[in-house]
Amino acid sequence: MIKKILIVCTLLPTLLVSVAHAGIEEFKLSNGLKLIVQEDHRSPVVVSQVWYRAGSMDEVNGKTGVAHVLEHMMFKGTNKVKAGQFSRLIAAAGGKENAFTGSDYTCYFQQLEKSHLGLSFKLEADRMANLQLTKEEFDKEIKVVMEERRWRTDDKPQSKVGEAFQAAAYQANPYGRQVIGFMNDLENMTYEDAREWYHDWYAPNNATLVVVGDVKASEVYKLAQQYFGKLSPKVLPVRKPQVEPVQIGERRVLVKAPAKLPYLLMGYHVPALVDTDKDWEPYALEVLAGVLSGNPASRLNQKLVRESQLAIDVSAGYDLLARGHLSLFELDGTPSEGKTVKELEVALLQQIEQVKNSGVTVEELDRVKAGVIASDVYKRDSMFYQAMQIGTIETVGFSYRILEDYPNKLRAVTPEQVQAVAKKYLLQDNLTIATLDPQPMDPNAKPQGKPHVH
Amino acid sequence: MSLKKIQTTLVLSFAMLMMSLSAEAGVKIQQWQTTTGAEVYFVENHDLPIVDLSVNFSAGSVRDTAEKSGLAGITRYLMALGAAGMSDEVIANKMADIGAILGGEFTSDRATFKLRTLSSVREQTQALEVFVKVLQKPDFPQTVLDREKARIIAGLQESATQPESIANKAFMAALYGKHPYSLEESGEVETVSKINREDLQAFYAKYYGAKGSVIAMMGDLTREQANQIAENLSGNLPKASAPEPIPSVILPSQAIEQRIAHPASQSHILLGYPGIKRGDADLFPLYVGNYILGGGGFVSRLTEEVREKRGLVYSVYSYFMPMAELGPFQIGLQTKKEQADVALNLVRETFDKFLKDGVTEKELTAAKANIIGGFPMRIDSNTKILDYLATIGFYHLPLNYLDEYNNNVDKVTVAQIKETFNRRLKPQNFVTIVVGDPKAQ
Repeated sequence: MIKKILIVCTLLPTLLVSVAHAGIEEFKLSNGLKLIVQEDHRSPVVVSQVWYRAGSMDEVNGKTGVAHVLEHMMFKGTNKVKAGQFSRLIAAAGGKENAFTGSDYTCYFQQLEKSHLGLSFKLEADRMANLQLTKEEFDKEIKVVMEERRWRTDDKPQSKVGEAFQAAAYQANPYGRQVIGFMNDLENMTYEDAREWYHDWYAPNNATLVVVGDVKASEVYKLAQQYFGKLSPKVLPVRKPQVEPVQIGERRVLVKAPAKLPYLLMGYHVPALVDTDKDWEPYALEVLAGVLSGNPASRLNQKLVRESQLAIDVSAGYDLLARGHLSLFELDGTPSEGKTVKELEVALLQQIEQVKNSGVTVEELDRVKAGVIASDVYKRDSMFYQAMQIGTIETVGFSYRILEDYPNKLRAVTPEQVQAVAKKYLLQDNLTIATLDPQPMDPNAKPQGKPHVH
Repeated sequence: MSLKKIQTTLVLSFAMLMMSLSAEAGVKIQQWQTTTGAEVYFVENHDLPIVDLSVNFSAGSVRDTAEKSGLAGITRYLMALGAAGMSDEVIANKMADIGAILGGEFTSDRATFKLRTLSSVREQTQALEVFVKVLQKPDFPQTVLDREKARIIAGLQESATQPESIANKAFMAALYGKHPYSLEESGEVETVSKINREDLQAFYAKYYGAKGSVIAMMGDLTREQANQIAENLSGNLPKASAPEPIPSVILPSQAIEQRIAHPASQSHILLGYPGIKRGDADLFPLYVGNYILGGGGFVSRLTEEVREKRGLVYSVYSYFMPMAELGPFQIGLQTKKEQADVALNLVRETFDKFLKDGVTEKELTAAKANIIGGFPMRIDSNTKILDYLATIGFYHLPLNYLDEYNNNVDKVTVAQIKETFNRRLKPQNFVTIVVGDPKAQ
């Protein structure tokens, strides 16, 4: 793929910090709001996303879930726009909108015909500063969030395993908690808690505005000045590092829930990306995840599902982007009928040992790299995905510019480097293992199948 | 990552896709037939160096029988796991080596194979070579069949414990009785066990002919290249006659209400009735009306009454899924058990009021503004356009369907919505499923 490198002459006011790169332009308003625009003229539409550097990792004990609750409350009105009107105004303009909360961020987005970008900015700027957070609206919405927790986590056995796994893997860092929060924290949350969160974190200097679409970057900048320019920055709370102590000794956790099939989730503490110039380990870990489960014929699926038929499903995963600079290299799977989670665990560990002892082949690496190069082209078919990538990278604390180098960084990974990161990090003392012990549906029925021995 | 209201969003876009009341404005569709009789729908666009294509057969689970339920799905699935002597491993590696994505979809009506590849010569050539063999020379290896049957059965057993799956299955069974739309797309534990290699070969020979198939192509190809690809894809398909029509759906003559015990904390509630066919003139009033009832995300009546005013649910929705025959109209929600009956009654009241009083002019204006104004977002990517091409072709919608889309939405009136909903939906004969019955605790 050929990337256009644009050099843009800045004819805009002095506040403008504009750097052009692969068709992407970056600006900063005087109140600290960062704006990143990628022009994409294939269709007369635009995606607009506001990313706040506030997620569940910034929460404190007793108030877990408040980042996500506030996200719900952001639709409940300002002094100018009453509850529910935000959605109606966007709908009337033909738009789609929603929001999502992660451990590292909270993001609000609209997808619109391009002439309506001003409406999106107007409404987002308004709720960035003027949210009316009332007890009445909070008391209704907190019930919605509790229903969401029941649906998303409490009644989904594998989600419960995920919750228990994260909590065991992280003992000091807030990555150990789920974004949705504990039910008891939700039950005891007040509208003042949500207000406090809003006042602490919702400010232009804690946000990045990402726009992708059939727009002119310079005009988007003017529009952003017009609507967001007058908002005042805030002094943000101090963020504590909350460094996770080094794990010494394997950890295990067992979850019981109504289900038929057992489930195994395991993970090692590994580094996330920190120094974008020097780091190579995160890229080697990403390649390793691809070698293990990048496509249906990758090692884990080929060996454990197709050949030995020990599992009906198995995968590996790693994310190099994390604002907390901590990540996990995860493996998960479901054993076949008549096989136990223990047998699957042993087989997965054997696959890891094999990488450590014998490395990976050039052929496997080339396959992973071919996928990376192709998906770098495919992503251009989705404006929303491109905006997601930019917003995530920026909010996690890097520049979108690392996107351009990403395929090269992966291409540079050698088989020796993949083997080296496996040897260095995929160690038993650094491993957390969570398993699902399926319980019969009828509480009076006897458990079926063999007991699971750990 | 916790996506607020994501289910609502997904259900909404799903419903919109299913309605496929999409548009052609700015999308120039070329249409022709291959020498073997496959219908081709093509949009040429060189903005990105990508080729997307799909091949669609009338070979969904509607072609299954109760005795061998699951056969249609397994046939489609196994085709990509062994062809022309290539093992599943070889097929996957050949695609991965060039970054191509081999995918597919399977519904009651349709079995689809999809390919996305870079348009550069080496990549495109290798991807198409493998893709053609998957379509024309499937081997259905016995060992792979045995392995995949075991995986499917395990999946079915797991689904049988999960409230969402239990509710969906019960809903379709109650709604469609003996009609093949009642059959589970993945089959049943007992029927999948019985399926053998000869069944797959016979099903393939009968339903994977060129006649009645639809090839959709989008992207970096010339018309001449597209023509050649379509000829290659359809040239050596089985010599089958065009598939027979799907039987009509018989409307329920009485209400069915099932309450199924489950230990989950929430009740999963589904209500519905057979809805509408593709291409039916009632589709536009039903679609626009349903946007107001429960299709329009955060601004629908159901969301307003059940979620926004009372906080009873995270998600409540309604949709029509038009199919070859009457696809379902469904209302769905989940709520903690203790308040399941309160929520269910509220949904019924809201729906009854909708039928009795219809919608207001103001609501209709807002609905049209959203649907018409949102039109450009329906065709803003190759992926979306490809899906529309396949739907237009597979369901024989007119070529100008997309061009006329906004006009057809704009023509809908308040009176038409009320009349159409009342004529088509009979709440006294609705199917109601509650999994996680509050009284069974």
